[in-house]
Amino acid sequence: MNPMPEPSLEPMALAGPPKHLGGIWLGIMRRDRRVMTGTIFLGLFLAMALFGPLLAPYDPTATQFVPLAAPSAQHWLGTTATGQDVFSQFLYGSRTSLAVGFGAGFLATLLAIILGMLPAYLGGRIDTVFATAINVMLVIPGLPLLIVLSAYVHSAGPLTIAIVIGLTGWAWGARILRSQTLSLARRDFVIAARLSGESHLGILFSEILPNMLALVVANLIFAALAAILAEASLEFLGLGNPQAITWGTMLYWSNVGQALLNGAWWWIVPPGLAIALVGLSLALVNFGIDQLANPRLRTRAQVSPKQGGS
Amino acid sequence: MQFALRRFGFLLISLWAAVTINFFLPRMMPGNPAILMLARFRGQLSPRVLHALELQFGITNAPLWQQYLVYLNNLAHGRWGISLTYYPVPVARVIAESLPWTLGLVGTATIISVGIGITLGIVTAWRRGSIWDNFLPTVATFTAAIPYFWLALILLYGMGYVWHWFPLAHAYSTSLTPGFTLPFITNVVTHAFLPALTIVISSTGGWLLGMRNNMIQTLGEDYMLFGEARGLPPRRLMWQYAARNAILPSLTGFGMSIGMVVGGALLTEIVFSYPGIGFQLLAAVQNEDYPLMQGLFLIIAFAVLLANFIVELLYGKLDPRTRGGESQ
Repeated sequence: MNPMPEPSLEPMALAGPPKHLGGIWLGIMRRDRRVMTGTIFLGLFLAMALFGPLLAPYDPTATQFVPLAAPSAQHWLGTTATGQDVFSQFLYGSRTSLAVGFGAGFLATLLAIILGMLPAYLGGRIDTVFATAINVMLVIPGLPLLIVLSAYVHSAGPLTIAIVIGLTGWAWGARILRSQTLSLARRDFVIAARLSGESHLGILFSEILPNMLALVVANLIFAALAAILAEASLEFLGLGNPQAITWGTMLYWSNVGQALLNGAWWWIVPPGLAIALVGLSLALVNFGIDQLANPRLRTRAQVSPKQGGS
Repeated sequence: MQFALRRFGFLLISLWAAVTINFFLPRMMPGNPAILMLARFRGQLSPRVLHALELQFGITNAPLWQQYLVYLNNLAHGRWGISLTYYPVPVARVIAESLPWTLGLVGTATIISVGIGITLGIVTAWRRGSIWDNFLPTVATFTAAIPYFWLALILLYGMGYVWHWFPLAHAYSTSLTPGFTLPFITNVVTHAFLPALTIVISSTGGWLLGMRNNMIQTLGEDYMLFGEARGLPPRRLMWQYAARNAILPSLTGFGMSIGMVVGGALLTEIVFSYPGIGFQLLAAVQNEDYPLMQGLFLIIAFAVLLANFIVELLYGKLDPRTRGGESQ
């Protein structure tokens, strides 16, 4: 159930980042419909997060409407048990949910870079200790740890939740970046840089890191996906600040407000479906990142059905 | 043998890490949550229990290393504290009563989803480029991104509230007396059906994708080409040559996968008010019952780590390649 493929040991396209990244991405999108769909969906969600408050028809906290009204022309997604407009909450919620997701994803990736690359490059006993720590962190179940942590923090706001998720979610990325660093550190160009007297940190950040950018981006994508799911779970349990408007707290209130008993499906379906679609689009975009990292995948637009029966 | 010893050493290290996290977390938090909890319960609890709680959460003047030793000693002797939610029931008993439900639910659902996921992974990889291969991996990517608890809510709404196919909550009807009777067992199964279905739908996708990746790698091996050249029947090539070699690597990272499934199962239990570990964890969190919360976290970590240890041992036995190098 590894969401991320083990790193291919192919180095990224030779010597530095390519000039027209956007052009290459367009090409990949044209060849691969999955990447196209993912990019479009992700773009839509990001636009929604950016411009949501401008598009929202009502104040998301206003409680002046008929409670539990089904979707209608006035309320596209109906209303909540306290008479709030679900569509407005949905738009506002996208902002916090995505911000927390990507914020926590950034933090986790940063930690993964530091804890995964540095010890692997230095090697020796430090590397053994850190590698063991990474493996321990990987097998200790994440969600229960998050629940316990958030319970101690007490109704954490979105920022605290992002930090908590980021601090616990780096292990998978660290493991992948570590193994890639181990393989790159033995390459000729790194040895050449070392012989020319570059410092350790210089080699790490100017020689090795640029060659694993795609891996770092892929890690960021999956860390963000995991963070969005984790945030929604914590808030659904009431461990977040219930006054904040996010997709997670919407689900929390719909559960508290007996949405199921009242048949208010319009209150439950949108936030969860949006989380799943954001997750799907991130995973689809990652197919494109793979092709960016490994040009060989790019040439093979259609997989040849060589093997297998009819 | 050396491999087994190394895995056992890793089990011990990770167990120690879980215990130590549990010890230090409340002590590192700003505004010591345990003091707040104790203040709330002062006057309601007997002085002896209060003293035990102070020891457990470090509100004493003893040096940290001494507190740590006392804590380890208590854990080792099964003194996991007293639950405040179910006062004065010991934490260990609450765990003993809820653990079987979770183990049964997660165990059954995991076996089913691993079985389905691996089979579908084999088939989609074998028929690359077919309609199934274009369709199933995309569906799997989608289901893997669905929040467990939301899927649980949707299933509960459709099959519980709207169509009345399944009971809405709990593990069995209170009108029945528990026992090994046919009506009781059927009752338990119908209650477990929707929670199990939630876990199966959410976790199968991951197994499918992992298995498909490994299978595709195996298909490129020379012995596959050789088998094809020898004119072996495709069915035999697919199962005996490709699938058998691809199954084991897809179990790498089992510890993390099972940890994720357990986390999802906890949320599923909460939606269905299923009386397992997850349901108790929510109760503990809501009542600020820190002793129960710590005990539940430990038992979840222990279970996941132990399951991982067993799978790693089997893995090493079945696949000699893993025994050699350091696992990384």
